[in-house]
Amino acid sequence: MATAAAHRPPGAQAHGAEDTAVIEAYTRRFDAAVAADERIEPRDWMPDAYRATLVRQIAQHAHSEIIGMQPEANWITRAPSLRRKAILMAKVQDEAGHGLYLYSAAETLGVGRDELLDKLHSGRQKYSSIFNYPTLTWADVGAIGWLVDGAAITNQVPLCRCSYGPYARAMVRVCKEESFHQRQGYELLLALSNGTPEQHAMAQDAVDRWWWPSLMMFGPPDDESQHSAQSMEWKIKRHSNDDLRQRFVDICVPQAESLGLTLPDPDLRWNEERGEHDFGTIDWTEFWEVLKGNGPCNEQRITQRRKAHEEGAWVREAAAAHAAKHTGEQTGETGATRA
Amino acid sequence: MFPTAAALALGDDALVLSHRLGEWAGHAPVLEEEVALANIALDLLGQARVLLSMAGDEDELAYLREERAFRNLQLVEQPNGDFAHTIARQLYFSTYQLLLHAELAAGDGPFAPLAAKAVKEIAYHRDHAEQWTVRLGDGTDVSHERMQRACTALWRFTGEMFQPVEGLGLDEKTLTAMESAWLDSVTGVLGRAGLTVPDGPRGGAWAAGAGRQGVHTEPFGRMLAEMQHLHRSHPGASW
Repeated sequence: MATAAAHRPPGAQAHGAEDTAVIEAYTRRFDAAVAADERIEPRDWMPDAYRATLVRQIAQHAHSEIIGMQPEANWITRAPSLRRKAILMAKVQDEAGHGLYLYSAAETLGVGRDELLDKLHSGRQKYSSIFNYPTLTWADVGAIGWLVDGAAITNQVPLCRCSYGPYARAMVRVCKEESFHQRQGYELLLALSNGTPEQHAMAQDAVDRWWWPSLMMFGPPDDESQHSAQSMEWKIKRHSNDDLRQRFVDICVPQAESLGLTLPDPDLRWNEERGEHDFGTIDWTEFWEVLKGNGPCNEQRITQRRKAHEEGAWVREAAAAHAAKHTGEQTGETGATRA
Repeated sequence: MFPTAAALALGDDALVLSHRLGEWAGHAPVLEEEVALANIALDLLGQARVLLSMAGDEDELAYLREERAFRNLQLVEQPNGDFAHTIARQLYFSTYQLLLHAELAAGDGPFAPLAAKAVKEIAYHRDHAEQWTVRLGDGTDVSHERMQRACTALWRFTGEMFQPVEGLGLDEKTLTAMESAWLDSVTGVLGRAGLTVPDGPRGGAWAAGAGRQGVHTEPFGRMLAEMQHLHRSHPGASW
């Protein structure tokens, strides 16, 4: 994390009262820019807390892309057709790419990717709790595409208008690819649902297991969400957790019908008066347990990530040592000098 | 008559190596390599699908043949090992595959259109393998040693690449020329990496052409068991 001094605008060397006056002036300008829906860019002054919130959120988002590769990669080697295998490989590759965009966006705020990865590996930064659930059958790959990516898109589309420019622009690119993945997941489930009785049962079982965790992706209820109010004020967030969750449920119900699958909620029904669906109560105990690290795969996910990083250390060291030996040389000339 | 055996040989190479690279997903040493290895795996899977479709139904061929019916080189079925093993395997195979496809693209046989498209992908794969071979060979002492060990360990699988394949239309003379171009190219890269060209045999009588005859190494059966399990558990299902 950069120090407060580093955020001070150039020329602002004042102390005490004068310093406070300068900060106040910059704060007013920042607040006005946010109010006018202008984008904040990396060189602009911003409050320390705004920077810290963005670092936390973007890093967590990047980590989620990276950890999120695991549950799906779990099925790459077992994909049941070559077409599905190609789609899944491309998707997992896109997720690594999204991780890269997002770490770059975070770096514009003055943190390094290595530092963020360290925090992920040591548990000081989190990733989306959804990826702590296991992929037990092939249909889970479809349920993740349809529900998990669907929930992610519902969350992320408003982020395309987020007040921080680099994050908003990363989201535009990410959302395009995510919607593609979501359609593919839906289509995978549709094929299973219309397939053999065993395939249909596999699809229903996956939806039964992924439905509630997907609703939890929108975060705690509005009255328990600690960062929400400030994030909405800063226009990082545009809608409340509960609003987005409701929107997601309303989108999913007709999709489940056309898939020929049911959603595992006996309280789910259309409410004519509200013009929205009523739905059952989320198991918040489970949510907080998973968040605390006690979900089914928390240990496994972080262990695999750490292992990949540790086992790759010698490769990264080699690349660095090679680059250091050959700085300034054209790659083509390397051979000539060593021959 | 369409050279089915040749389509299977080339298609199986691409299919099997793609599968091995897919095993890296989520385990790569750096994020950029997650992208690169998946990218190469996808290119190869694309090539495999075209080639297997030329020979029959791609899924039947991939999922319902047993080990002894696969025609891929033993090189591509070798387990990933550490990153150096994966890179050595990529260097050896992509150098061969580039030479082969350049040859096929220049001809007017049934593989010419596919080869013309694939050369562009393979040139990128080879560049990636070459750069990593040099980085690891000429990196730290540890990486140098690992890269050397990997190059040496896989050396014995490289002779098979220049055995004739039925229906591919490459005569003895062309294969010999390809083999010497392969040796020159690989020797050049290993030299730039400060690595020693292995001096062991490049496949004994027991190994020459073995994969192409359906005789594979032990890890291959396990790989297929994993790859085919789900498909075989639901006979006749579509996905």
